[in-house]
Amino acid sequence: MASKVISATIRRTLTNPHGAFSRCRHLSTAAAATAVNYEDESILMKGVRISGRPLYLDMQATTPIDPRVFDAMNDSTIHEYGNPHSRTHMYGWEAENAVEVARIQVAKLIEASPKEIIFMSGATEANNTAVKGVMHFYRDTKKHVITTQTEHKCVLDSCRHLQQEGFEVTYLPVKTDGLVDLEMLKEAIRPDTGLVSIMAVNNEIGVVQPMEEIGRICKEHNVPFHTDAAQAIGKIPVDVKKWNVALMSMSAHKIYGPKGVGALYVRRRPRIRLEPLMNGGGQERGLRSGTGATQQIVGFGAACELAMKEMEYDEKWIKGLQERLLNGIREKLDGVVVNGSMDSRYVGNLNLSFAYVEGESLLMGLKEVAVSSGSACTSASLEPSYVLRALGVDEDMAHTSIRFGIGRFTTKEEIDKAVELTVKQVEKLREMSPLYEMVKEGIDIKNIQWSQH
Amino acid sequence: MMLKQAAKKALGLTSRQSTPWSVGIFRSYHENVIDHYDNPRNVGSFDKNDPNVGTGLVGAPACGDVMKLQIKVDEKTGQIVDARFKTFGCGSAIASSSVATEWVKGKAMEDVLTIKNTEIAKHLSLPPVKLHCSMLAEDAIKAAVKDYKEKRVKTNGAAAAGETTQA
Repeated sequence: MASKVISATIRRTLTNPHGAFSRCRHLSTAAAATAVNYEDESILMKGVRISGRPLYLDMQATTPIDPRVFDAMNDSTIHEYGNPHSRTHMYGWEAENAVEVARIQVAKLIEASPKEIIFMSGATEANNTAVKGVMHFYRDTKKHVITTQTEHKCVLDSCRHLQQEGFEVTYLPVKTDGLVDLEMLKEAIRPDTGLVSIMAVNNEIGVVQPMEEIGRICKEHNVPFHTDAAQAIGKIPVDVKKWNVALMSMSAHKIYGPKGVGALYVRRRPRIRLEPLMNGGGQERGLRSGTGATQQIVGFGAACELAMKEMEYDEKWIKGLQERLLNGIREKLDGVVVNGSMDSRYVGNLNLSFAYVEGESLLMGLKEVAVSSGSACTSASLEPSYVLRALGVDEDMAHTSIRFGIGRFTTKEEIDKAVELTVKQVEKLREMSPLYEMVKEGIDIKNIQWSQH
Repeated sequence: MMLKQAAKKALGLTSRQSTPWSVGIFRSYHENVIDHYDNPRNVGSFDKNDPNVGTGLVGAPACGDVMKLQIKVDEKTGQIVDARFKTFGCGSAIASSSVATEWVKGKAMEDVLTIKNTEIAKHLSLPPVKLHCSMLAEDAIKAAVKDYKEKRVKTNGAAAAGETTQA
């Protein structure tokens, strides 16, 4: 009875031209971007008035949910509401079936077996479980962890936590292009190294690490290799056997799936053991107790299947847009630096530094484009991004970086508009910048004695 | 009927206007800051070598804040007749220096030395994390006045030396 009413409601609103969904459609970003219309659609938010919604170019932070994923989740939410761990009735069996189908979909994307996938609440939980779980399990014999300076905060913080417990951690520096130095990695490995954790694709600068080489080094020295692949799956080809990874963290909301779900790949042959973070009924092979979020997991599976089908097409589309963005900006502006290697990079991430212009003031001017910055002012601690600092970027350039994230649904018009707005704002801010003036006069900024606080 | 309402709510199909934007949002820009950013007053430069111009350059690119404040002083009355600024910094820094140029115009040099960063911060409703921007603006004013005074001493000294050599 309830389901009948609910499905009738859905049918009515979907066909109703004045329903909530059509209201959403009026506010789509591409349409709003090209037609500036201050009268009706202007939004006042945080003291800033903008016409329509901003262009979304922050795909590394999160991605909009793919409508096909939403469809899959919707059905599941309404009909498959049983607890997947209920063994005794059909509701449980249906939900369990849905979860297992999703498990196969995720496993196929990374060339793993479904038995090796453990669903979690996200890549952060997966990273925590991998780093802390492995080291705690082998705490008697292994005391050392190797990671890089450009890892995601959750890995770095887990390592910090391990240090407080008495483990030793080596934070490998990276080269100026953002890639790990393989020689330094080889030298850092010790007999008591319990884990090497290096992320596949960096969320801030988009560089792709040499995964096969790192995997080979770890195999030679018999050290488990964990990678945070949240930004990598569904975007670059991932093969856990070729990469020789023992553990891999994945996140759904980076590949057009729902938020609140992720997975950890835990290799079975040869087996890697770890202590679970969540104790309880022993679900997910005892590694993550708790009722699985069926709907989220179904969404994650659907997103992975779509990613597998569309990876090649997406890559072509996004690469074209990335070139359009970079060339469009470079044609009109000088002093534009790309942070991180241009060759070994995921095409959807473009982290640019604009010399003599500060990041937060540029973001304030780019209110019609949703991007993110590695500038100090945008972080609460007034320190510029640690990733850019690890690259060895000059401090004043670290303050000027903007990260553009391009995705499956980004359009050419959005890119063109972003180029136009960025160029306009950078030129305006350079007019206001004393550093630009000094450079124009021929003064070398690096030689000035600054009077800082 | 109740079930229909509940269904609508569950599926998020109720009106979107119920989202309160203003509630619970901290760290929003005050409209004064946005105004100074969108319509900056007195951006530009004077000739550094003009004896009536004092230039204050404070901050450091490494900190993400550099302010250059220039004042043009009427040498007979000691009043600041015009001011210009250029800033490399966040929106709050730009607004603070813009406000500083507005406030120094038409005042005597001794008066502007009493402008405090807390007044600038209050005018722009700067949050605690941005107070250093107003501090830098106050420093810039002081540096500009100091530079002007040093210039006057030099030119007076040179004039006096010139007189003695002539005489």
